[in-house]
This record gives sequence, structure tokens and C-alpha cells, in this order.
Amino acid sequence: MIDFGNIIYWVVVFLMMTGLYLVLASGNLIKKVVGLNIFQSSVFILYISLGKIAGGTAPIFAEGIERYANPLPHVLILTAIVVGVATTAVALALAVRIYAVYGSVEEADIEKQEVDAD
Amino acid sequence: MTTEHFPILQVVLPLLAAPVCLLIRHPRRCWWLAMTVSAATLVISVILISTVYASGPIVYHLGSWAAPWGIEYRIDRLNSLVLLIVSGIGSVVLLFAHGSLGFEVKRSRQYIFYTAWMLCLCGLLGMCATGDLFNIFVFLEISSLSMYLMIALGYEHRALNAVFSYLVMGTIGATFFLIGVGLLYALTGTLNLVDLSNRLEPIAGSPTVLTAFAFIILGIGIKAAVFPLHWWLPDAYRYAPNSATALLACTASKVAVYLIIRFVYDLFGPGFSFKSVQLTEVLLAAGVSATLLMSTVAVFQNDIKKMFAYSSVAQVGYMVIGISLASVAGVTAALLHMFNHAVIKSALFMALGTAFVRTGGFSIDQIQGMGRYMPWTMAALLVAGLSLVGVPLTAGFVSKWYLILAAIEHDYLWLAIIVVAGSLLTLAYVWRVIEAGYFKPIPNHIEQRREAGAGLLVPLWILVLANLYFGIDTSLTLGAAHGAARALLGIAQ
Repeated sequence: MIDFGNIIYWVVVFLMMTGLYLVLASGNLIKKVVGLNIFQSSVFILYISLGKIAGGTAPIFAEGIERYANPLPHVLILTAIVVGVATTAVALALAVRIYAVYGSVEEADIEKQEVDAD
Repeated sequence: MTTEHFPILQVVLPLLAAPVCLLIRHPRRCWWLAMTVSAATLVISVILISTVYASGPIVYHLGSWAAPWGIEYRIDRLNSLVLLIVSGIGSVVLLFAHGSLGFEVKRSRQYIFYTAWMLCLCGLLGMCATGDLFNIFVFLEISSLSMYLMIALGYEHRALNAVFSYLVMGTIGATFFLIGVGLLYALTGTLNLVDLSNRLEPIAGSPTVLTAFAFIILGIGIKAAVFPLHWWLPDAYRYAPNSATALLACTASKVAVYLIIRFVYDLFGPGFSFKSVQLTEVLLAAGVSATLLMSTVAVFQNDIKKMFAYSSVAQVGYMVIGISLASVAGVTAALLHMFNHAVIKSALFMALGTAFVRTGGFSIDQIQGMGRYMPWTMAALLVAGLSLVGVPLTAGFVSKWYLILAAIEHDYLWLAIIVVAGSLLTLAYVWRVIEAGYFKPIPNHIEQRREAGAGLLVPLWILVLANLYFGIDTSLTLGAAHGAARALLGIAQ
């Protein structure tokens, strides 16, 4: 039987591998950026799941709240998400510049033009 | 005085200067601001290192929140040395950038370069100073993102492709690091390095610790360009503006090597890294292959900037060999080479940047006969090149000598021979540059056959003379490296 307690980790690993495969195997720069995003999202999910406690509520300091989620991993991953957005922005900006120069975002095309130029 | 706030001040100053540069926009004024801030960080690092030596490690709590809840900055013998390398050589290179940037980056875009430079400095200094694992990740990404920006300002189209692969590799590396941090946090519930190290000891056998260790070392290994994770480096170095290449080579890779030392020896501890995990074998294999293979690749490069870029990967190999030996002698050699290589490579890349002003390129044919019309630049290339080889009386000799001593101490005679073989390969490619520069006729297309201006030569020669100084008087560098190595391995001072 599948252990559903750990299913979140299977999701994380699946997304992680999907993203990494896309980054490494794809020759299209935009698809590489998409792959990077999927890869990073898997880590976000990993962090978010770390702080969650079964039956826990939001961490509010009030009467009657005893089980609550650990907010620290969530705060950390907010920072990492911001970093991820910045990285994506830089990557896309680069892709725009590369497209302006080479008229393509396919690695093979760019490579060919560089070889022809030499 | 506000001496107690110095550990954070040197990170905050460049961070504040960055948006101000963006608002000023005027290249010269931006440079003055950046230079002032850079010099201030240098002064602070000098004060910090002398305080550390006089009265032990400095601990600073951000916003007075006590560790492990708050973020702690901890300056000890190891990172005060790295802070000095980053701020000191960074300042000299920035001095050089003022003269060289005009030849490579449009005037209207120079303020972006200085903004990115300030952010990068902030990230690099922050990574060294902080004692918080997640803080390291944030600073790592600040420095990387600003580095991408600086490289992308290179004047050739290929800079864009180079940055894109660097960005992809760098992000994968940083995300690996983040996974490792997450796993450690899940196990221990803390991010403070000292606290974490104590809590890891009893659970060192856990497979999660092992996984976290693998992710963290791989992630930082990509940033440090440890062979075989180096393939983003040659293009990134080649197409970046010359001053940015010098900064990358002398600071960014060194900080990553520092992080490897910090994690291997301090966070996980030598007992875990070298006994539970056979890190010695892995790092030795990586270091030895880097030294031999990358030096060989460098010999066959016709583009000098790329040649020195491959040579950087080879030189990181020497540091990795030093780290892998897990002894005071080995770590001392690694730290010495970290310092000396920063001085050597920044001088070499600055010399190439100075030559570029007249030759307009980096191919070996273009610098032919340069010794006749640019005697000072060529002499700088010669001295720094010989220092890279490891000729006695230069800085490069000192670190290689100590690496050989460390290898012999472990009865690894073969390793000592490999270190020497790497030096001979280095001589082979440095000789190609010297031969072209001194013994070949000047090609016809060189129009301005005269020496470059003082704005380029003065910073260049500061570092060339530093190469000679640290080759003759080793008390400063050796003392600092030895002290840091002993502290890391827990041997009383």
C-alpha cells in the first residue's frame, strides 16, 4: 500500500525531477526558465509542508489555540519565492535580449549563428 | 563609537549605496560613491580582523534578538580573513573599473554596473559575516543576481548566452543549497550555524543529514566552480567586462570556497565530513582532475582571457586538494592559496583589461609584441603570470609550497608530484603569453602603440607589487591562514 503520510514528499520529488529534466533536456531558453520555476516550486512545497502540523491552525496568540503550524518555514520560503521571482525576471529579460540579437530562443539556432560568425 | 555595529555596517553600507547609485545615474559620481563605500568596508574589515586577533571572535545580534532566535553575525579568524580579501581586492578592482569601464560599457549604462557592483559587494560580505544558514542563501542570491547583471553588460553578444547558462547553473546550485538548509531545519529546528552544529552531532548518523550534506556541498560546489561543476565559468569570465571578471575571479569564487570550508569543518565537523562521509576521496579526485585537466585545456586556448578562466578552475582545484586533506597543514595551504590566488588572478585579469585598451581583443595573436609598446602592462602580466606558475619570491610559490608540504605530511608523494605537474602545465600556458608579448612582431592593425593611462596602471601595479610582497613577507598571510586553520580544527591557539 502507498503510505499517504509521505505523499507530499513524492509530489516534491516528482516536481523536482520534472523541473530539473526540463532545464537540462530542453533547448529552448523559455522552457528552461519554466523548468527552473517548477524545480524551485518543488522546494517551496517542501518548506511549506515542513511547518504544517496535522490539525494545527494558523499561529495566532489567542485563547483556545494550542496546535498551530510553525510559521518560520513559511516566512523563509516567502523570501525564497521573492528570490525566485527576481531570478525569473532576470532570466526572461536575458531571453528578450537574446531574441533581439539572434532572432531565436532555441539554443541550437544560437549556436549555429555563433559558429557561422567565427 | 559604533565599533560594535561594524559587522553589520559593512554589509549595510553597500546595500544602501546601491539604490543611491541608481538614482544618481551620473557615472563619475556613482563611482565616487561606490569607491567611498568600498574603501569604508576595507577599513571596517581591517578593524574587525585586528579586533578578532586581539580579543577573540566578535558576535553581533541583529536588532539585539539573542541567537538562536535572532540572526547572529559571527566574525572569527576564518571569515575576517575572507572579509579582508573581498573588501581589499574588491576596492583595488573598483579603482581599476573607473578607468577600464569606459572602453567596454556605454556611459549611459555605467550606473547600472556600479549599482550591481554595490549589491554584489553587499552579498559577498554578508555571506562571509553571517552566522545564519538562511541568511547565507539570501546573500548568495543577492551577489549572484547582481553578478549576472554585471556580466550581461559585457560588450559582446555572447555575454548574454554566457550569463544565461550561468544563471541556470547558479539557480540550480542555490536551490540545491536551499533544499539542504530545509532538511537541516526539519531535523533540528534551528538555522544558527553554531547551534545547528551542536544539534547535528548526536544525530550525525541520520540519512537526512547525509542528504542535506550532499545537497549543500553540491550547491556551493557549483558556485565555487569545483570540477566537474565548472562549465558555466569559462564563458562567464570570458565575456564579462574586465573589471567584473577580476571581481568574479578574486572574490565570488573565493567566498564560495570559504563556504565549503565553513560547512565541512565547522557546521558538519571534520569527524562527520571525513569519517562518516568519505569526502577526502571525492574532493581529492575533483581537485586533482581540475588541476591536471583544466591546466591542459588552458594550454590549448588561443584566447588569453579564456585561458586564464580555465586556469581559475584549475587553481580552485588546488584549494579543494588542501581542504580534502583534513589537517591543519592542508587547510592552511587552501586558505593561503585562496588569498594568493585572489591577488594573482585579479592582477592577471586587470593586466588583460589594460592590454584590451590598445589591442581591442584577447586572442594571443593580438597581444604580439605588446612588450615593446606597453612595457608596464606586459611586465605586470609577466610577474603575475610567474606568480601563477609559483616561481619563488612570488605569492603563488608560497601557497604551492605549503600545499606540497601538506601532501608530504600525509605521505602523499604522488599528490606533491601532481601539484608540481600542475605548475609545469601552468608554465606552459603562461609561457605562450610571454612569448607572444615579448618575442613576436607587432601586428599591423594596432594603431595606438603606446602605454595605457595611469588610471589603469596604478591599480594594476598595486596588485602586482602585492604579489611580490606576499611572496617575500609571508608572516601576515601565513599567520592568518594558520590561525584560522587551527581554530577550525579545534586546536588551541
